[in-house]
Amino acid sequence: MTEFIIRRLTQSIGVLLIMSILVFVGVFAIGDPVEVLINPDATQAEVEQMTEDLGLDKPVWEQYFIFLTNVVKGNLGNSFVFNEPALKLILSHAPATLELAFISMLFAIIIGVPLGMYAGFKPDSLVSKSIMGGSIFGFSLPPFWVALMIIFVFSVKLGWLPASGRGETVDLFGIPVSFLTWDGLTHLILPAFSLGLLRLSLMIRLARAGTYENLMMDYVKFARAKGLSDMRVIMGHILKNIMIPIVTISGLELGNTIAFAVITETIYAWPGMGKLVIDAIGVLDRPVIVAYLMLVVVMFIFINFVVDLLYSVLDPRVRLGDLKS
Amino acid sequence: MNKSQQVLEVKNLKTHFFTRAGVVKAVNDISFSVDKGEVLGLVGESGSGKSVMGFSILGLVDPPGRVVGGEIIFNGENIAQFSDKQMQQLRGKRIAMIFQDPMMTLNPVLRIDTQMIEAIRTHENIDKRTAYERACEGLALVGIPSPQERMSAYPHQFSGGMRQRVAIAIAMLNKPDLIIADEPTTALDVTIQAQILHQMQKICRESGMSLIWITHDLSVVAGLAKKISVMYSGRIVENGPIDDVLDRPCHPYTHGLIQSVPSRNRRGKKLYQISGTTPSLLNISPGCAFRSRCERQDQRCLTSPPGTSMMNGRQVYCWHPYEDEGAKV
Amino acid sequence: MKQNNPDEYTERKTMDKPFDPIEPDGAEDILKPPETPLWLFISEFMENRLAVLGFFIFLGIFLIALSAPWISPQNPFDLAQLDIMNSELKPGAKIGDMTFWLGTDGQGRDMLSAIFYGLRVSLTVSVVSTIIAVIIGSVMGLISAYFGGRTDMLVMRIVDIQLSFPPMLVALILIAVLGQGADKIIISLVAVQWAYYARTIRGSALVERSKEYIEAASCLSLSHRRIMFVHLLPNCLPPVIIVVTIQVARAIIIESSLSFLGIGLPITEPSLGLLVANGFEFMLSGMYWISFFPGIALVFTILSINLVGDHLRDILNPRLKK
Repeated sequence: MTEFIIRRLTQSIGVLLIMSILVFVGVFAIGDPVEVLINPDATQAEVEQMTEDLGLDKPVWEQYFIFLTNVVKGNLGNSFVFNEPALKLILSHAPATLELAFISMLFAIIIGVPLGMYAGFKPDSLVSKSIMGGSIFGFSLPPFWVALMIIFVFSVKLGWLPASGRGETVDLFGIPVSFLTWDGLTHLILPAFSLGLLRLSLMIRLARAGTYENLMMDYVKFARAKGLSDMRVIMGHILKNIMIPIVTISGLELGNTIAFAVITETIYAWPGMGKLVIDAIGVLDRPVIVAYLMLVVVMFIFINFVVDLLYSVLDPRVRLGDLKS
Repeated sequence: MNKSQQVLEVKNLKTHFFTRAGVVKAVNDISFSVDKGEVLGLVGESGSGKSVMGFSILGLVDPPGRVVGGEIIFNGENIAQFSDKQMQQLRGKRIAMIFQDPMMTLNPVLRIDTQMIEAIRTHENIDKRTAYERACEGLALVGIPSPQERMSAYPHQFSGGMRQRVAIAIAMLNKPDLIIADEPTTALDVTIQAQILHQMQKICRESGMSLIWITHDLSVVAGLAKKISVMYSGRIVENGPIDDVLDRPCHPYTHGLIQSVPSRNRRGKKLYQISGTTPSLLNISPGCAFRSRCERQDQRCLTSPPGTSMMNGRQVYCWHPYEDEGAKV
Repeated sequence: MKQNNPDEYTERKTMDKPFDPIEPDGAEDILKPPETPLWLFISEFMENRLAVLGFFIFLGIFLIALSAPWISPQNPFDLAQLDIMNSELKPGAKIGDMTFWLGTDGQGRDMLSAIFYGLRVSLTVSVVSTIIAVIIGSVMGLISAYFGGRTDMLVMRIVDIQLSFPPMLVALILIAVLGQGADKIIISLVAVQWAYYARTIRGSALVERSKEYIEAASCLSLSHRRIMFVHLLPNCLPPVIIVVTIQVARAIIIESSLSFLGIGLPITEPSLGLLVANGFEFMLSGMYWISFFPGIALVFTILSINLVGDHLRDILNPRLKK
């Protein structure tokens, strides 16, 4: 087990390094890095100072090394717009995005998996057919359009739910979260739904496909031959088997959700990293862009790592070798 | 045949699969019986419908297949009419089944003890501790050394032979009246096969359980079974006490099957083969299914299903069975 | 063997040659259609009415997109044709001899025409990027499977890393780094998709590679290139078709999302996403049609592709076959 952790950690660090090289190349080597990291209105003297600070007169690999040390120190430059350290800026906005992403994924899994399993178990019932039909539909709706439409219906026309902003926050382990307040919840519903709809459809289909495939396997027949009730077969046997692909894909989808959150945040004026970065791309506030990229990649690698861990917990064939008798 | 001694009587069973390409008559009017404590060998090639036969008895036929006719009398009751709930109570308790491929039979993500204990507790309301102990005993009964250690292991940690023993142990946990074993040793190598056969023989003798052993391999049942039923293309072609049938088969197919066993052929001579190939179970014609490969067939075999002839406690379904107690092999 | 007399032939079959397999007696065989694989496939496909519907819808959309300049009532991007007095009209409004079936936007553009053109742009970008991705992915996958060993490991490593990143994220990163523009969008879409094709083709190719006909081809000393593309490739295509449907739908969603955010296609090539974005501000004052209809167009396009792709997947999935 520890060997596994060490192996994955080294792999992760490897990927991080590659990403840092890519970002370095993208930002520093292409074009004028000074231009990237300094305010476009800076004076000539400031530019020269920056050039010296950045060590642009030094060979490339040394520049990379400086870049890397800077990154590790957390120094990614200051935002042009806010004149604050970019990393700090991104980090302060991260909890809002993460909260949104997690709640959406949770929504997708908690509702999607049972629905999908039902559909897989009784594929010919009317309910199942509507679930599946609904899922293809949900899968085909562009998230931004869904967001607009539900705002129109629930906020503009019906006035039930707020159309923008995040609700009141409470501190949970020092991180502000909004789902613990009623006001926060009402603000969460619309954005979480529009963000999660696609994932919900995906989960339904995954769960259904998994259930359907597993139902035909011999071990299910054997379980039924033992006299187990259908409920027991589904919950005890099939569920564990389909959790494996569901968990793996959920990890990937969490990353996708964080990325798509950019849209949701823009539409709902949700104060997360996504909105920040879109604005930054618009005004070419490159330090912020770089900070966002690095943070997201780190998060993403961490998610992958956790997923791998979960995978080995769920599937004993991976965890334990063969102890042939 | 003393009816009260019968644990299972199958009468005119028909199981059809309604596929897009047509109706597959996997089990096409089959009748046989098994007495208490008796071992019946059900022999047939792949595609003869023998596995479907086993599933039909337990009500485990997957769609698009279903039992369309006939009776399955188990301990006096016609279980073909049973609801799924009633069948559930029977399965694993009064009738158990062992499958062919032990790798796929056990759930790879669950521990052995979980899978064994649930088999017990689904039928009896006893606590986990007692169930655990019974499971351990069950493992010991099938010859698995140090059962306690094995219990907390996962299926992939066992060899094929061990896994099959576990499957057998599970089948026997609730002391069923009848076990249906569907090619349980086909996927194992010969030495393990011999061990398992030996184990099964012992168990049956000691516990008085009935056993239906489904296989394509004549040599396997030769030492084990008391009665044999030969299946071809969804129908039974011959039924009878095993020694009689194997020494003097009445049906041309049985005759051919026995001739084909390699050990029976003489050295240096070409191996005997029944000519032709197994017909598809789709679009079965009304006559005898074996006629295209039979040396003795004629116009009658083409048009009408062969009737039964009873001779000396045997049943043969053939228009031209070998007379006088069968052909010499 | 004399076969002039048909009766003789039948007789011979039953009497003298008992070992020939006899045809089953089902005379109903005469009326069955030819059982070629293609026909079976088509008839299986037709079983799902929704999928057939989806196919025709997509066909319709495709044709619309193709002929947009000729069938639109108005060219929405020709400023000379626009009249600001026509702005913000409700759907069905008639001005002069022109009917704005789906209303107009803030600058007097006919929504119907804008949608036609938008479909054209969105479809073009998605289809082009998919084609390029298929080509690149197939080549990489084939090379990987055919040469095996180190090449295979290297390529698959890259593919795995690429695939472990969520597509939207990769697209975002690339746009952030490369800047905006239609060609950059296509590059991002290709970068997001090629790995799926590479992996799919490699999977099929590995299976096919060990089959005898490939061995036969290499015995003939055909060049690697010939074996790969002429012999291997056609047999690896079925799963690719399924991936194509999923990917095109996804590409459309990503492209329209990026355009919605303003970092996708530029205003000169307005995609449906941009149209939806334009309508956002109007929506809050109740003028839903500016965002609604382009969105519907998108939904229909993606839905039809998904319907077809879904059913294709059910048909072609070997694991679900009994």
